[in-house]
Amino acid sequence: MTTMDAATPAPPEPRRPRSRWAWLGRLWRLSTGRFGLIVVAVVALTALVAGFWTPFDPQKVQISNRWAAPGWPNLLGTDGSGRDILSLLMAGARTTVFVAVGAGVIATVIGILLAALGALTARWVRESVAVLVDILIAFPVLLIAMMISAVWGGSLWVVIWAVGIGFGVNIARVTRPELRRVLQSDFVLAGRASGLTPSQNLVRHLLPNVAPVFIVQLSWAMAVAVLAEAGLSYLGFGAPVTEPSWGLLLAELQQFITVHPLSVLWPGLAITLTVLGLNLLGDGLREATDPTLSRSPFATRRARLHIPEVVS
Amino acid sequence: MSLEVQDLTIDIGERRVVDGVSFEVPDGARVGLIGESGSGKSLTALAILGLLPDGAHAGGSIRWNGREILGLPDRELAQLRGDEIGIVFQEPRTALNPIRTVGRQIAESVRIHEGLGRREAAARAVAEAARVALPDPERIVARFPHQLSGGQRQRVAIAMALACRPRLLIADEPTTALDVTIQAEILELLLSLVKDDGMSLVFITHDLAVLSQIATHGVVLEDGRVVEQAPVSHLLTAPQSAVTQGLLRDATATLWRPGGIA
Repeated sequence: MTTMDAATPAPPEPRRPRSRWAWLGRLWRLSTGRFGLIVVAVVALTALVAGFWTPFDPQKVQISNRWAAPGWPNLLGTDGSGRDILSLLMAGARTTVFVAVGAGVIATVIGILLAALGALTARWVRESVAVLVDILIAFPVLLIAMMISAVWGGSLWVVIWAVGIGFGVNIARVTRPELRRVLQSDFVLAGRASGLTPSQNLVRHLLPNVAPVFIVQLSWAMAVAVLAEAGLSYLGFGAPVTEPSWGLLLAELQQFITVHPLSVLWPGLAITLTVLGLNLLGDGLREATDPTLSRSPFATRRARLHIPEVVS
Repeated sequence: MSLEVQDLTIDIGERRVVDGVSFEVPDGARVGLIGESGSGKSLTALAILGLLPDGAHAGGSIRWNGREILGLPDRELAQLRGDEIGIVFQEPRTALNPIRTVGRQIAESVRIHEGLGRREAAARAVAEAARVALPDPERIVARFPHQLSGGQRQRVAIAMALACRPRLLIADEPTTALDVTIQAEILELLLSLVKDDGMSLVFITHDLAVLSQIATHGVVLEDGRVVEQAPVSHLLTAPQSAVTQGLLRDATATLWRPGGIA
């Protein structure tokens, strides 16, 4: 909420349009938000770069150069068959981004759909949906993944669908009562009294008010997708061995942890940082997009100065 | 542009909470619905706009401008709401969306009913904020509800209800949640706006003193039934029913300004 009208020197516009991107600035000012933003940006950028360039061909086996220590030209060393670990990590980032985004999209669609069905429809529909959600929530992601891979075989899509379904249900479970609560609010009634149709009301008043809960759940779902990809690939349900993946790399290197402990560090670190970054980004986003939690110095100063007054 | 409510009944489940309420609001009239809590006055107001909660069913007849609006499909009622009939609720703290700026909420009905774009709507919001005497309207439209005082929020709610210049304003205890000085200001504001626009008013309250300041005609409700209908001056000087006499005793105990502020 600052006057950033440097571009328009003409008559001083009395109304200060709130920048649509103001929340990004608030996010950046939060240390958690900044950390999350940087980590997610680095991972996304790495995945993008790995699409057309990696220092070495990640699948190129070079037995003469196996278990090289970190140094030049293999910055993070090589694995047991002489593959460059940095290149493998970069290529694996693509898999990670693909899985995290895919699972996030599916979880969002399933979650919002189930939550809306469970909150806004006729009583018998929403109660049945609530029961269905309660049943589905009993299935852990791993079990869903095993069931899917038993039918369609192991692939990255198994991970995406398993996490997407598992967390979609989770999102629905948490978002539904929030939607119900907001639905009882006077401002939703006031919205209808202003002539909003139910769908306009959903978009303008209901969804924005459940967004904080949803964002935290979504960022968690994406973080779990990264972990699940690593875990499921490690177990053999996820990425096929030909596909570069952090989980597969960890599984391979982990067998030699006593001999070459340093090499296991890199995929482990990559997974940990990405998951942490996603979680912190979700936290920061929730805080930055909620005007009532605004932490900017300007807002707190105003809040402190704000004196309810009699106006005439 | 008159409102005629005839034999209105509202059932929640098996219970009849409003039973045969009839009253009329001619064009430009200011009618008060008065009664203790639970007498069905708020539900009557919601029924006029078709905003009854789930599980409540209305029967009888509500005619707006000669047209039956009870039982109209929601889509058609939505065109009336905010455009021809506006409503102000009791609790200004919860009647505003906490995460949208005040200006966007004021301009909401204008954008729907008059199809204004984002820019025109923002300019209109400033004008409407000025009209309800909000201080510093250019700046206040960019604020969020939690940054406003209770009285200011109620002014925002009034601006929202009146943005499209409706022909009928329903005010559901708009001053109950406010303290006495601000209550008087809000009443004064409502009265002057209603008179300026020549619109009709249905004012709901449990306080006869408040009613006497704003309405000319009173409909006294008890347990969902009309027990007395008379000009406000009659209610004050010659109350017929026991309910009205009780309300009159309560009113004289609170703030009392004979003659009102009109």
